[in-house]
Amino acid sequence: MAAADNEITAIYYIQHHLQNLTFGNHPELGWKFASTSTEAAEMGFWAIHVDTMGWSIAMGALFLWLFRKAGQVATTGVPGGLQNAVEMVIEFIENLTRSTFHGKNPHIAPIALTLFMWILLMNTLKIIPVDYFPELFGRLGFEYMKIVPTTDVNATLGMALGVFCLIVYYSCKVKGVGGFAKELSLTPFNHWLLIPFNLILEIVGLIVKPISLALRLFGNMFAGEVIFILIALLPFWAIWVLDVPWAIFHILVVSLQAFIFTTLTLVYLSAAHEHH
Amino acid sequence: MNINMTLIGQTIAFAIFVWFCIKYVWPPISTALHERQKKIADGLDAASRASRDLELAQEQAAQTLRESKEQASQILEQANKRSSQMIEEAREQARAEGERLVASARAEIDQEINRAKEELRAQVAKLAIVGAERVLEASIDEKAHRKLLDKLAAEL
Repeated sequence: MAAADNEITAIYYIQHHLQNLTFGNHPELGWKFASTSTEAAEMGFWAIHVDTMGWSIAMGALFLWLFRKAGQVATTGVPGGLQNAVEMVIEFIENLTRSTFHGKNPHIAPIALTLFMWILLMNTLKIIPVDYFPELFGRLGFEYMKIVPTTDVNATLGMALGVFCLIVYYSCKVKGVGGFAKELSLTPFNHWLLIPFNLILEIVGLIVKPISLALRLFGNMFAGEVIFILIALLPFWAIWVLDVPWAIFHILVVSLQAFIFTTLTLVYLSAAHEHH
Repeated sequence: MNINMTLIGQTIAFAIFVWFCIKYVWPPISTALHERQKKIADGLDAASRASRDLELAQEQAAQTLRESKEQASQILEQANKRSSQMIEEAREQARAEGERLVASARAEIDQEINRAKEELRAQVAKLAIVGAERVLEASIDEKAHRKLLDKLAAEL
């Protein structure tokens, strides 16, 4: 941390590290990067977290580039190092899909792969020490830089929204719009008098799915990030005592959260493909 | 911690990534993976088939060996039998030949003896006559004493 600067208090440090680089139209100041968190809040809904978008797209592109490259040189003969690693992930996702998803849809496994690798790469950014990028971008003139997209609730909710759209899309595609409406209104109690009750129950259940997905990932990553920042506030000689075990523990959390998000998405999509 | 456009941006990014993955990333790797799986399965299959073939061939070889051994022993036995038969035949022939030779030799000897006896008889008669001539110093009528001399010779 920038301990030399005595004016920076611990609270400011924490707030600074948890603030996204926001670009938007401020009602008074016009189009600009928000220089304080209140300014960012005042920008309202039509602002964008440039750091979250940038880093998440970079990670997604990295994943697609890496796997595309492996796919282009993929041979049926003896595979090389990159191909081996990529095939291991693909096989893992295929097995996961086969054991979780009980329908026949060739698009489900690639969706799961995209989610898993993307979230895994975004989460992995957390292993990078918390001060590196804020410091670097601070020198370049950017006030804020939060590099882990999954610690931004917008990112996790955005992905969950995508999953929600997939659930609704496949429900309508497999059962038809009428079938889907029937499922929403006539389960769990198959009686016309209970249709309003069923509807409330089912719609809540439907909406809770993406929200729980998003908040689980966000909560885990955000909490971990806060702990990393708190550890970074310790005297420099004590940091590693806590930082190293926490980082090692996070190797588990990072992959586990990516795995949970993927598995639950598969479960939800499998339910969307099932007739009742 | 504000909900803003980032939410929509992330959803769009997610959609694009998923589309790209479905279209360009998943198929080649998955295809290669499954093709290799098939190749390996085929290879293992071929290996097991080859080992089965080998087993079969070994069995066949053993069978052939057994048969040829049997044949060889049969041939050997036949040869042995044949050779002993030949020896027997040869022995038989030799004995017959020997007996024949012995018989003919004996016949010849008998003949010779008879001839010698005849000759001897004739010479003795002649000798006796010559001796008698000498003893008597007189000419004896050969014709008159012929009968006597022949009788003498027959007694020899």
